Amino acid sequence: MGTNGDAAVKVVPVRHVGQWFGLAFLALFIAMLIHTIFSKIPSGVRKCHFVAARYICHPVLKWRFGWNDIFHYFTNHLVLRGLLITLELTAIAMLIGIVLGVFVAIMRLSHNRLLSGAAWTYTWIFRGTPVYVQILMWGAIAFLYPQLAIGIPFTHIYLVHFGANSVFSLFNAAVTALGLNEGAYFSEIVRSGLIAVDEGQTEAAMSLGMTRGQTLRLVVLPQAMRVIIPPTGNEVISMLKTTSLVSAIAVVDLLGAVTNIYNQTYQIMPMLIMASLWYLIVSTILSVGQFYLERYFARGALRTPPLTPIQRVRRDLRGIASKYRTRRGVRVGAPS
Amino acid sequence: MTEPMVEAIGVHKSYAGVEVLQGVNLTVARGEVTCLIGPSGSGKSTFLRCINHLEKHDAGELRVDGELVGYEAKGDKLYELNDRRICQERSQIGMVFQRFNLFQNLNVLENITTGPVKVKDVNEELSKKFARELLVRVGLEGKEKNYPTQLSGGQQQRVAIARALAMEPKLMLFDEPTSALDPELVGEVLDVMKDLARSGMTMIVVTHEMGFAKEVADTVYFLDQGVIEESGDPKVVLTSPSSPRLQSFLSKVL
Repeated sequence: MGTNGDAAVKVVPVRHVGQWFGLAFLALFIAMLIHTIFSKIPSGVRKCHFVAARYICHPVLKWRFGWNDIFHYFTNHLVLRGLLITLELTAIAMLIGIVLGVFVAIMRLSHNRLLSGAAWTYTWIFRGTPVYVQILMWGAIAFLYPQLAIGIPFTHIYLVHFGANSVFSLFNAAVTALGLNEGAYFSEIVRSGLIAVDEGQTEAAMSLGMTRGQTLRLVVLPQAMRVIIPPTGNEVISMLKTTSLVSAIAVVDLLGAVTNIYNQTYQIMPMLIMASLWYLIVSTILSVGQFYLERYFARGALRTPPLTPIQRVRRDLRGIASKYRTRRGVRVGAPS
Repeated sequence: MTEPMVEAIGVHKSYAGVEVLQGVNLTVARGEVTCLIGPSGSGKSTFLRCINHLEKHDAGELRVDGELVGYEAKGDKLYELNDRRICQERSQIGMVFQRFNLFQNLNVLENITTGPVKVKDVNEELSKKFARELLVRVGLEGKEKNYPTQLSGGQQQRVAIARALAMEPKLMLFDEPTSALDPELVGEVLDVMKDLARSGMTMIVVTHEMGFAKEVADTVYFLDQGVIEESGDPKVVLTSPSSPRLQSFLSKVL
């Protein structure tokens, strides 16, 4: 039968009864979720009408999730300004983190004990303490150093000096804290990228007479990028959310703006949901960017690059179409 | 007699207590092809890497073109050379690796021109022109824009040879250049090496290709357990070895 190419065999797929129960429960759960998200509850206010010589009162309903408030405040200028601060913090802190991370990773891999020791200590301290504590400390740096000065160490001869608060404005303190913390994490990412490059590449470069610096710049770092880029996207998204901690030192970022609003209006949950929606929107945009960046850097390393979402939808549609065909009976066995 | 290109006297090297080289003595005259043979772990590759200071030797004297490798003698003291001087020494010695080690991020032409342009400050156009000539010489014209992964092993190794030659080295080191190749690709690489030998290049080749050694080498050194066990004319050494260890080695590889 299998050897005869003309035999069409009816294939009966295995029935998965359990799956149908699971599906039913899932459908129920989703229905409940959607219902509660878009449900209305009594607002505590009663509205009464004088109808047919008597009052008829009924409670006024409102959205449980406060959708109308969310909609109302979504593009409020305070919220947008907070969002801008969040984006600025993310961008600047990432920039500091990346530059610092590359240098620290290179120092860490140096043969010079002093350099690698310094790099290790930096990573140890900034990765080993909570970023929240670091933000609080940079915000309070003026308690430690009210005056900052450039001059000759161990003397009282200063060229310039200024108040710590003028340099470490709350925004600058926040950016410093986030950037230094990110640098410690990023250095580990860069280091793993550098280690991932085959040692033969370094040897070949050295055998041509390249210095260590040239070897790193021309040969190793470009190849390490393939390993470094994907987690970088992750770090950016992670940083976007970590910036919300800066409201601890009264920087008015997205969360800070939202907090200010609900402190006056008491719409706590709607405002927090709104902030979450904004974070979701931005991180979605970032992850789309990350996908295409990764795909770009996988060039040459992978024979078949991962499909883009559009390509994936097309493939799935084709898959469903062919599955439908199999259900109706498929030819089994190779044509002779 | 002119000064030899490479001279090793009692070269020692140990890793973590294991003595890989236990006093290697060897002389390579200018324009000669020398083959180093021996079982794996005998220290052939380590010795080769000492010659361009990819490995630091612990004791003994190693000279290339009359100059000490990695050190400078002043009075009765040896001074370690700084990185820049070591790089400069290396730039005059070409090296070809078992696993080709072409720069994966650069195409064939860039692989060849990077050395001259970045290390020797050669004009970019000139070095491209020279690179194309070298590609013709190794039989790979038209592959300028390809990336290493798009080439076969034999082609990659020929590019690697061209890359080393682009530096116009006075000495070429080959570290088992055909060991990572499919058997049918070995010939094309050996042909390029034979051609190079005929052109008068001084070459030291670590190899398991006894046919190549017999045909091309002026001298063969048999290295075993970190010492030169036997050396001489390949036609004599490889056909009627006197040392029992070489006899047993040859009976296994031939």
